[in-house]
Amino acid sequence: MKKLLLGNEALAQGAIDAGISGVYAYPGTPSTEITEYIQKSKLAEELNIHSQWSVNEKTAMEAALGMSYAGKRSMTVMKHVGLNVAADVFMNMSVSGINGGLVVVVADDPSMHSSQNEQDSRYYGRFAMIPILEPSTQQECYEITKYAFDLSENMGLPIMIRLVTRLSHSRAGIKTGDRIEQNKIKLPTNQTQFQLIPMHARGRYQHLVDIQGDNRESSEKSPFNTFFKGDDTSMGIIASGIAYNYLMENYEDGECPYPILKISQYPLPKTRIKNLFDNCDKILVLEDGYPFIEEIISDFLGENRAVIGRLSGHVNRVGELNPDSIKKALGFEVEITESIPEVVSGRPPELCVGCAHRDLFDAVNVLGKENSDQKVFGDIGCYALGVLDPFASIDTLIDMGASITMAKGAADAGIHPAIAIIGDSTFTHSGMTGLLEAVIEDTPITVIISDNSAIAMTGAQDSAASGRIVDICKGIGVAEDHLILITPLHKNLQNNIFLIRNEINHPGVSVIIAQRPCVQLPKEKKDLLRKIKSVSLN
Amino acid sequence: MKTNIILAGVGGQGILTIAAVLDTAALASDFNIKQSEVHGMSQRGGAVQSHVRISDKEIYSDLIPKGKADMIISVEPMELLRYLPYLKKGGLLVTDANPFVNITNYPELENLYAEIKSHQNTILVDAKKIAKDLGNSKATNIVLLGAAASQLPLSDESLKNAIQTLFQRKGERVVNKNLDAYNKGKEIAIATI
Repeated sequence: MKKLLLGNEALAQGAIDAGISGVYAYPGTPSTEITEYIQKSKLAEELNIHSQWSVNEKTAMEAALGMSYAGKRSMTVMKHVGLNVAADVFMNMSVSGINGGLVVVVADDPSMHSSQNEQDSRYYGRFAMIPILEPSTQQECYEITKYAFDLSENMGLPIMIRLVTRLSHSRAGIKTGDRIEQNKIKLPTNQTQFQLIPMHARGRYQHLVDIQGDNRESSEKSPFNTFFKGDDTSMGIIASGIAYNYLMENYEDGECPYPILKISQYPLPKTRIKNLFDNCDKILVLEDGYPFIEEIISDFLGENRAVIGRLSGHVNRVGELNPDSIKKALGFEVEITESIPEVVSGRPPELCVGCAHRDLFDAVNVLGKENSDQKVFGDIGCYALGVLDPFASIDTLIDMGASITMAKGAADAGIHPAIAIIGDSTFTHSGMTGLLEAVIEDTPITVIISDNSAIAMTGAQDSAASGRIVDICKGIGVAEDHLILITPLHKNLQNNIFLIRNEINHPGVSVIIAQRPCVQLPKEKKDLLRKIKSVSLN
Repeated sequence: MKTNIILAGVGGQGILTIAAVLDTAALASDFNIKQSEVHGMSQRGGAVQSHVRISDKEIYSDLIPKGKADMIISVEPMELLRYLPYLKKGGLLVTDANPFVNITNYPELENLYAEIKSHQNTILVDAKKIAKDLGNSKATNIVLLGAAASQLPLSDESLKNAIQTLFQRKGERVVNKNLDAYNKGKEIAIATI
């Protein structure tokens, strides 16, 4: 019988069946369930596949590269903005190339359901000059992952698989196939391959440039780039990834009159696109995310444009696609459906009842009323909801770790009080280096680490910071007199305000650790936390 | 045959249990299925929905087009109305009557009920009370599923088997309570329509 799997889970099963020896990842919506599936898989456990969470996306990708260096197959998984964090190793490992097969899975979030932007990872894949795979269905998620590992070893390159939220988080019945055994340790035959000093890197980069033709050839022949005939050549359609589903949804039983080229492997197959161009009057490009394909195949000056899509304005430029949004571009009338009745109110997400962040924001808001100059620099996590009413406590929210460093820069500019609010896992992900900078200059900022001992927003995964924050802060050089522990509970409100106020008035770096576990933590995890070395200042 | 169902509720209310029963029954009946769900930030007390598509033919889109949903099943009355643009003409509305109030501008209940009742094909029911009277308030979802069952392309047997499969881990007692909830939901639908 078929297995009922999310796109993410189908991909994870494909990776297990492709013989991976490890997955390295940091949680991030919509990518999280890929790694969780492998963590929960009995088969993966029997096969001793590494699946523990990494501290951030950069450490994850580097560890995956280390496993590949040893000759084994490895996978690294992240959300689109996570690839920004890992961009350093990402750009360099296409130059070094890989040894054991290495697949980078990136889940984009068009429409920003759970993200700060909707950047399209295909640009990164092109930037690094590596093949990109973009499945359309859950079954393809499974198959394309197995294919990706073979392709990686054949090309000697890391391969990117790009997902989007709606495929990651949609289920279907999946047929699985055979499993390949894991690779044994086998070191690279070329001693200099991974030694990217300039004299070796130049040779590696030349090699990367030289094999671009092979990459394109692979796309031309790819079983995942498919052509469907159509009699009406007034328009040809290029549809990539999930956009292909939305296209076909508009035709009863998938009987589209136009010729279609479905793209699921990049670099773009030039010959196949040229054929479509030569046989059709114009080309409609349907792609979720940025107008990536459209930009590449459009006439730069736009004077002889025969290409339409998101760039030309025929399809919405921002936000995800859906079966309705592409209707007009296909020449259909858009039917008017019932609208949402006026009686319906919006229901934005909110912090859980009993959440510790609530009590922290209550204290910070009292201090904000005392001093209207106060600015609060926020960070990525559940506490980002502190931007919204009823708290409205946070003035900025940009990227992982930016709270501490932006508070520092603002303090340098003369802002006081400058308060940074960062979660425990975000602190170990990207906050520690910024704190070191502030300590070196003893910048007058107040850093509040809201420690709920979990990566809460993505489902309460284990935090690398659990039981370690005090030692980390001491090690970075925070003065013990200005390293304060508080428990954010309503009964402690007045005392917490008093303690935070004292540190705001301290003319140097202070760190306040506001500690209370996430209310969503399952009992087993709360018990486990108690076992971890008790966190106290003494 | 193609049936499109939207499940609606608030993050944490457990609409995915209904989805899991539908998925399991559809798969066991050899139908194709696609079922999208919401993870991440919205799960924190925000509006969430799941699109469930069941067909004997290939299903392309993971999302239901507007005006093409055969029914909306909601565990909360206001959330039901949020997805009306997706409902086909004359489609079925099934909802629990109990509001989940976590916003300050929650509408007057009377206005909500009036809006719901203005639609022709509606089952508005206090599913929570029914589940509670049966001794398991957690089975509210399954009461609603039972209420919608006669309009589903899935057999009674396949739905009951799916409930059995999904709850057996929690013991026979829980399985039976949920089967009771399902049957009660079916009775109510007959009385309402």
